[in-house]
Amino acid sequence: MTAATRGNDAAAARFAPPVRVAAMTSAEPSKETGLRFQISKLDFFYGSKQAVFDFTLKIPANKVTALIGPSGCGKSTFLRTLNRMNETVRNSRFVGEILLDGQDISQMDVVGLRRRVGMVFQRPNPFPKSIYENVAYGLKINGYRGRLRDLVEHSLRRAALWEEVKDYLHKSAFALSGGQQQRLCIARALAVDPEVLLLDEPCSALDPVTTAKIEELMFHLKDSCTMVIVTHNMQQAARASDFTAFMLDGRLIEHNETSKLFTTPADPRTEAYITGRFG
Amino acid sequence: MSRLRLIWRKSLNAVMLTLTGVAAFAVVSVLFLILGYLLWNGGKSLNWDFFTKLPKPVGETGGGMANAIVGSLKLLLLAAVMGLPVGLMAGVYLAEFGGKAFSFVIRYTTDLLNGVPSIVIGIFAYSLAVLPVKHFSTFAGGVALGIMVIPITVRSTEEFLRAVPTSLREGAMALGASKWRTIVTVVLPAASGGIITGMLLSLARVAGETAPLLFTAFSNRYWSPGWGQPIASLPVMIYTYAIAPYDDWHRQAWAAGLVLLALVLIANLGCRLVLNRRGAIRSV
Repeated sequence: MTAATRGNDAAAARFAPPVRVAAMTSAEPSKETGLRFQISKLDFFYGSKQAVFDFTLKIPANKVTALIGPSGCGKSTFLRTLNRMNETVRNSRFVGEILLDGQDISQMDVVGLRRRVGMVFQRPNPFPKSIYENVAYGLKINGYRGRLRDLVEHSLRRAALWEEVKDYLHKSAFALSGGQQQRLCIARALAVDPEVLLLDEPCSALDPVTTAKIEELMFHLKDSCTMVIVTHNMQQAARASDFTAFMLDGRLIEHNETSKLFTTPADPRTEAYITGRFG
Repeated sequence: MSRLRLIWRKSLNAVMLTLTGVAAFAVVSVLFLILGYLLWNGGKSLNWDFFTKLPKPVGETGGGMANAIVGSLKLLLLAAVMGLPVGLMAGVYLAEFGGKAFSFVIRYTTDLLNGVPSIVIGIFAYSLAVLPVKHFSTFAGGVALGIMVIPITVRSTEEFLRAVPTSLREGAMALGASKWRTIVTVVLPAASGGIITGMLLSLARVAGETAPLLFTAFSNRYWSPGWGQPIASLPVMIYTYAIAPYDDWHRQAWAAGLVLLALVLIANLGCRLVLNRRGAIRSV
């Protein structure tokens, strides 16, 4: 950790306690199990084409779970099922059960679900608005009334971006570099204080230094957030995650603690993939 | 490759380049010829009276077209109020909601509407807004122009909305915004520059329309207060004055042409300036 980010953390701590948006988090994690998501027997279809098969996975709270696997194996599809983003795709549907803190997500109000399960996309997608407006967006559309300014600052600090942008809050978000834009998108997702953050290859468009920043950021976010990250980068999965799930052709092949999966994979296909024999 | 072939290819390249260049030059020179002629004739006849005075009775020289300038602005305002919202919303529907078959029908109909001769639209507005009340009116002229504004606005709105990346929509929806909210707060602002430009273009196009106004707004040699009476407009005045047998009227027709062109140009440039000031915001 660098001195600069330590400074950020101290400052973030100062801001942390009072600003949690109580009204926005409706449920506590199921304490007894320590699980955030429980997915059982999930099948996902685009029209008649099945993309995910019989997928069962438990995602522990306040941990980073990485999804790895070759392109087109259904990682992103699975990730986007968790906040029902796939609903925007015509004729898509899923069968099976996805529980968030014990509640079935298909029964939940989609707006409420997405408020609790934030998402960061592969390419930074800031809105064509100012930096401030980007972070405040989620709060505004959710009808949050209160000191927006403080929450914006708090979110930017959590995303380790505050020091870099504090003097330019009203400049266009497009003026930022790619890595800054991605952290802005993380800050934007964090502003509504989600319990879960889904990251869909968040670093694939970024350089190694920026990638390291985001991984460090994820490490600190674990205190308050459960994360699920899709990545093509095996080193990233090994460095940044606590649990890793390996997917192949729409099926979950293996799921284990990251240290175990990468050192002693149980399935020969997992071993072949992580040693670079295919994919 | 033989040397001969190389020379052949190079000369062919030169010939084609020249041909396209000449064609481009021809297009631009026609435009500048029109502009120059208009500036020369119109500029000569333009004076302060033109902007401030009413037309003089037949036989007297002098006077101006103050009523026609205001009349054109009022007609355009009506056209904007009636046509732009419909065009905008239909464009949003096509780009964001429409199913395949229905969208195709709307798109096709819009293109047809765009191709309907303006005089036919004039007849339609005549039967819609003139016949029932049995007199020409500003309102009827506004209806005619408003209808003409719709198709261009629909298509340009749709095009610019489609150019907004899906990732922006997903970003907003992932924060819990409903589809409608996403469109209003993220997609439309992202495309606003293009949409506004499209709207201005459509207004600029109808600003010069004469035919649909001849039997809707008609014309008026005096001020036309309110919206219920016949009103003068620059294109109709140009038409009336140009076919009249008086030199002084021809002079004023040229001046009116110049003013009409200037109005359209100023509106366009002004809009561009405002949009550029918001600058980086549009570079999605």
